[in-house]
Amino acid sequence: MDSTAQSMTGDRIACRATGVRANAAGACIALLRRDFVLAWRRRGELFLPLLYAVIVTALFPFALGPDPELLARIAGGVLLVIVVLAMLPALESMFRADLDDGTLEQWLLAPQPLALLALTRVIAHWLTTVLPLIIVMPLLGALMNLPVKVLPVLIVTLLLATPLLVLLGAVLSALAAGARRSGILLALMLLPLAVPVVIFAAGAIAGAQSGMPYIAPLTWLAAALVMAIVLAPLACAAALRIAVES
Amino acid sequence: MTTPPAPAAPLLSAHRLAFSRNDEPVFGPLDFSLGSGETVLVEGDNGSGKTTLLRVLAGMLPPGTGEIHFHGEPASRDSRNGRVLWLGHRAGMNEALSARENLGFLAGLYGARGGMTAATAMERVGIAAWIDEPVRTLSAGQKKRAGLARLLLLQGDIWLLDEPYANLDRRGIGLVNALIAEHCASGGGALVTSHGAVRFADPRARHIRLDA
Amino acid sequence: MSRSYLPHWMHWLGSPPNFYRFAGTLRPWLMALALASAAIGLYGGLVLAPPDYQQGDAYRIIFIHVPSAWMSLFIYATMAVAGLIALVWRVKLAEVIAMECAPTGAAFTFITLATGSLWGKPMWGTWWTWDARLTSELVLLFLYLGVIGLCNAFEDRRRGARAASLLALVGIVNLPIVHYSVQWWNTLHQGTTVDFLDPARSSIAAPMLWPLLVMALATHLYFFASILGRARTGLLSLESGKQWVRTLVDGQPAPTMEAPT
Repeated sequence: MDSTAQSMTGDRIACRATGVRANAAGACIALLRRDFVLAWRRRGELFLPLLYAVIVTALFPFALGPDPELLARIAGGVLLVIVVLAMLPALESMFRADLDDGTLEQWLLAPQPLALLALTRVIAHWLTTVLPLIIVMPLLGALMNLPVKVLPVLIVTLLLATPLLVLLGAVLSALAAGARRSGILLALMLLPLAVPVVIFAAGAIAGAQSGMPYIAPLTWLAAALVMAIVLAPLACAAALRIAVES
Repeated sequence: MTTPPAPAAPLLSAHRLAFSRNDEPVFGPLDFSLGSGETVLVEGDNGSGKTTLLRVLAGMLPPGTGEIHFHGEPASRDSRNGRVLWLGHRAGMNEALSARENLGFLAGLYGARGGMTAATAMERVGIAAWIDEPVRTLSAGQKKRAGLARLLLLQGDIWLLDEPYANLDRRGIGLVNALIAEHCASGGGALVTSHGAVRFADPRARHIRLDA
Repeated sequence: MSRSYLPHWMHWLGSPPNFYRFAGTLRPWLMALALASAAIGLYGGLVLAPPDYQQGDAYRIIFIHVPSAWMSLFIYATMAVAGLIALVWRVKLAEVIAMECAPTGAAFTFITLATGSLWGKPMWGTWWTWDARLTSELVLLFLYLGVIGLCNAFEDRRRGARAASLLALVGIVNLPIVHYSVQWWNTLHQGTTVDFLDPARSSIAAPMLWPLLVMALATHLYFFASILGRARTGLLSLESGKQWVRTLVDGQPAPTMEAPT
C-alpha cells in the first residue's frame, strides 16, 4: 500500500520526506485516543445510560410484583430490551458534534479510508458507552433474579449483539446527522434493523434458560456481526458524505 | 538551489467547471489552474458561489459539469485526499478538547510536516499560550489562528482557504499572507476566497472573479 | 459523465418537462384501466367466486389483502431500485420517484395489516397475532415510515431524498433477514400460522384465482398511475423556479394538480 502511495504522489513526498507520514493504523489509534480523551472529559455523561438501565430494571419488580419465578422467567428478555433502549440516546449523537464543528470535513479530506475511520468510531463508541452496560449485567441480573447459569450466555450474547447494533446504529446516525432533528426518528429507523438481532439474541438467552441448545443463534449473531463489520462502515461512509454535502 | 524538477501538471486545474443548485447556475463555467508556488484569489460578493466553488474542489459537493484534475489526474478520492488542506468557516476542532489534542489527532490522520509539531505551529501563529486550553474558551480570531496552525502542521500542498481573513485583526491578516507566501515558496499552492475587502499581499496572484 | 451509460430513452424521460408531459398523457389511461380491472376483479371475487368450504365468505378479504401484500413488497423494490439510481447517477427524477413510492407503499402495507387483522378476528379469534407474515409486514411498515421520516427531516429535499434512498437500500438488505429471523422465531414459539395461500399445502381453485390475479393487475396499474401523478407533483414543486414550470402555469389555464392518494 505504501509503495503505490509513494509512486502516486511522487515528487510531493520527496520534498516532505522528513515529515511524519500518516498511515491507517496510526490514524485509527489517533482517533481512538481522541475519542477516549473526549469520553473522559465528559465522564459524567457515561453514567447516564447505566443509571437509566438500573432505574428501568428496578421498575419491573414494582410493576409485575416481586415473584422470583416470574422475574427469573422474563429476566433475560427484559435485560436485553433495556440494554437496547439504553444504547439509543448515545447513538443519536455519534457523528453530530463532528458534523457541527467541521471535524467531519477534515475526516473526508484525510488520506485515510473514511469507512475505516467510521469503524474506529464505532469501536470507540462501543467501548465507552456500551461496554459499561455489559459490565453491570451481573448486578442487573441479580435485581431481576436472573438464573446464574444464564448470566454467562446473556453476557456473550450481548458481546455479539451490541456491537452489531452499534454498527447498524452508526449508519443510521450518520444518515440522520445532516437532518434537522432526529431523536425518535433514529429509534424508528433502528427498529426494523434491530428486530433480527433481538430475535436471535433473545433466542440464545431463552435457549440457555430452558436448557435447550443456544449455540445456533449465537453463531448466527456472530456471522451477522462479521458481515456488518464489512458492510456497515461502507454504508456509514456513504451516509457521512451525504451529511457533509450542504 | 535544489529545486525539484517542476512537475508537468499543475497542482490543481479546472476545465469548464460549473455547478448548479436545483438547476440554478451557481458559478461557471470556469477554467483555471493552480501551479506550484501560485496563489489564486477567488473574489466575489456574498452569494456569488465562492464557498461552493471551494467545496466542489474539495469534493464535499458533487461536481456539476466540467473536469477537475489534481496533479494531472482526474479528481477522485485517491488523487485528492492527502494533497488538499481545507480551512472553512468551521474550525474543524472539537470544542471540549484543547488545540494540542485536536492538532495531534489531525496529525495522526494527515501526517505532520517535517520539523513541525502542534507546539511549534501554535507558536508560529501566536497563540502558544492557549495550546492546552479547551478550544471552547478561544475567541473567534484565536480559533481562526488555530485553524492556521493546522495548515502549518499537516501535510498537503493544495490549500483551499475559505475566507481565511474573517475574524482576524490586521496582524492576523499579515500572518495569513505570510503563511501563504511561505507555503508557495516551498512549492505549494493556495486557492483563497475573499469578498474583496482585504488587500492581498502577493501582487502576482491571479484572480478569479465570480459574479452573483 | 457516468450518465452516458444510460440508454437514450432514459435520458429523454429523465428530463423533467418530458417526463411531466409523458406522465400526464399516460396517467388517465392507467387509472381507467386500473378502475376497470378492479371492478372486474372485485365482481369475480365477491360475486362469482364460490364461498370457501371452511371459511365461508370471510376468505373474500384476500382479494384486497393479498394484492396489497404483494404491492407492499413490489413498491419497496421499486423504491430501492429508484433509490439506487438516484444515489449512483444523481438523477433527479429517480429521487422524486423513490420518495413518492414511500407513502403509497406504506399505505398498501397498512391496508395489508388492517385487512389481515380483520381476517384474523373470525379465523384466529383475535385481531392481532404474531404470525410470521404479519410480523414481517409490520417491520416493513416501520421501514417505510423510517424512509418517509428521514426524507422529511432534511431542509434540502434532494439531500433528504438521497439519505432516504440509502436507508431504503439498507432496508432491502434487511428484509430477507427479517423474514428469515421472524420465521425462525415463530417456529420457536409455536405461532398460529394459517397457510391458506401456501401452494404447497392448499391449492387455490381457479374461480378464486383469476379474480385474485386481476386484482393484482389492478393494484399494479393503480400504483403506476399514482406514482406518475405523485412524481408530476413532486417535480413541479422541486422545479418551481424553472422556465418550463412558469410557461406551464402562465400559458395554460392553471392545471390544478391534486396529490392523488
